[in-house]
Amino acid sequence: MADDKKLNRRDFIQNSMRTTLGIAVVGLGGLSMLRSKGENWVWQIDPFKCTWCGRCATSCVMTPSAVKCVNAYDLCGYCDLCTGYFKNGVKDLNTGAENLVCPTSAIVRKFIEEPYFQFDIVEKLCIGCGKCVKGCTQFGNGSFILQIRHDRCKNCNECAIARMCPSDAIKRVPANTPYMIKSDFIRK
Amino acid sequence: MRKYLTIFLFLIAVTYSGLVTGQQRFPKPEFSSGYVTPSPTTPEPRANLLEYADVVVLLVVLSVASWIAIRKRSRRAMLWLSVFSLLYFGFYREGCICPIGAIQNVTLTFADPLYAISISALLIFLIPLIFALFFGRTFCAAACPLGALQDLLIITPFSTPVWIRKTLSFIPYVYLALAVLYAATGTDFIICRYDPFVGFFRINATFNMFLIGACFLGLGLFFARPYCRIFCPYGALLNIMSRFSKWHLSITPAQCIQCKLCSTSCPFDAIEHPTEEQKSETTQGRNLRRFITFGLLIPVWILVGGYIGAQSHVFLSKANPQVHLTELLIAHPELKNDTGNIDIQTFLSSGKSFEQQVKEAQIIRHKFYIGGWFFGGFLGLVIGLMLMNQSVFRKRTDYQPHKGDCYSCGRCLKYCPVKKDGTVEEIA
Repeated sequence: MADDKKLNRRDFIQNSMRTTLGIAVVGLGGLSMLRSKGENWVWQIDPFKCTWCGRCATSCVMTPSAVKCVNAYDLCGYCDLCTGYFKNGVKDLNTGAENLVCPTSAIVRKFIEEPYFQFDIVEKLCIGCGKCVKGCTQFGNGSFILQIRHDRCKNCNECAIARMCPSDAIKRVPANTPYMIKSDFIRK
Repeated sequence: MRKYLTIFLFLIAVTYSGLVTGQQRFPKPEFSSGYVTPSPTTPEPRANLLEYADVVVLLVVLSVASWIAIRKRSRRAMLWLSVFSLLYFGFYREGCICPIGAIQNVTLTFADPLYAISISALLIFLIPLIFALFFGRTFCAAACPLGALQDLLIITPFSTPVWIRKTLSFIPYVYLALAVLYAATGTDFIICRYDPFVGFFRINATFNMFLIGACFLGLGLFFARPYCRIFCPYGALLNIMSRFSKWHLSITPAQCIQCKLCSTSCPFDAIEHPTEEQKSETTQGRNLRRFITFGLLIPVWILVGGYIGAQSHVFLSKANPQVHLTELLIAHPELKNDTGNIDIQTFLSSGKSFEQQVKEAQIIRHKFYIGGWFFGGFLGLVIGLMLMNQSVFRKRTDYQPHKGDCYSCGRCLKYCPVKKDGTVEEIA
């Protein structure tokens, strides 16, 4: 008799606690659901905030980094003397390694017509160091930008580069607009 | 002369305008050869549908694990299911996203108006909790890749004294509270940052993280599942849920015959032995008085904890990069001339005033002050409840798993000689 009563009391506590916790969990879920817009998030670099510090190359959990240089061709001047391609003050415009900005020679210079050249990035070689971005943005049009490439990005819950970024340029963006490629020279 | 001046002015203009981001210095050429401007490639991120596929896989794994724990009662089946989870959630999905880290996403949803958790991540956070409320910690047994990895490497587990276990079981709550505090203040996702095994799953850990992971696995050879038992913040939540689970794995399929064969089978010391003879009336009376006293002390614990938490907000806020940078600049103004310090140089060239920076850091620090009250208050509550729980005497006649600590791994099942129909297996 006494045992029955004790068991019943234990059952009662168990049941009421289960109900309470269940309501708490479902309530928390419901509240989050109300706020959620149903979209996933990915990480991306805002090219207007980026200060090409070089940390993208070293802070990413991937080796080489999932950040690559992208040429926004619409903004490119197709310059013969591309300041993202050639180092400052080179004597001859030849493709010797000592003349090039890119440490891994990931930029391909292709002749289009006199005097214009197209510059393409070989993603396999690019390490995302941003040296060419610096050259292009400081002295040229700024068509080279750093972007997180989503075929390589692991989409970590917290981006290791975002934590290290000194200019707060890496943010979560909705997964249906995963890139921030410049379409103009100023932010619109 | 004028030409040189023009060039000089042009160079100055170029140099200074470089500080401002890009502008059109060289107009886009008009090609005569019919050249068409290519557009940059934009590889798509992982499809939304696949994220939901992960949720479905988790749901299926948990259902099967619960069925194995409660109906099928097979350690081997549970082991293979955990190996599948290790391969899928661990090595294929590379440890992201997991419910442990999703704690921070849920927190950030409420703390950051710009962020809202995705439905798939929310489901991954909620489903294991709800399963624990009904079937026990089957998530830990078979769905968690971190648990599976450690579970496979248990070689000679040693039993640890109960006071050590009880003390260590406080750490997950501290970790949970810290993770929520740092996620809510937008400082860091410490659970993800210090996940010891994600580097193994991705095979790209930094040396330090590899070392920490290896230490955990090495310790795990003798102290089974060290991360789960003394760190995992999600395990703390599951522990609470599982204590009140409706059904739970039981060691014996029928009536326990107190053969003691299972008593040392659990590598996690989660099997509770039958209690000694009926305690005398006086002991029970003393227990009840102690229970009530400890219960009344809980508000005191909360207040003391909250006060200590709030007082340590300055220390806690040092982990925030913006607070850290501001403190550094105030303590060492000479660092402004250090061209090698990227953070300081970026701040100086950003055009933001120092007053603005200090103001923002103060706002963040105030968040830590408020958060510190919750952080400490929560830990006070945990201490209070733990102490109160110590004075609860539960009579047990059988060998039973501790519903909070048991991972439902099923190791004990094969030690029980009792068959489903109640007959006892002959032991040669």
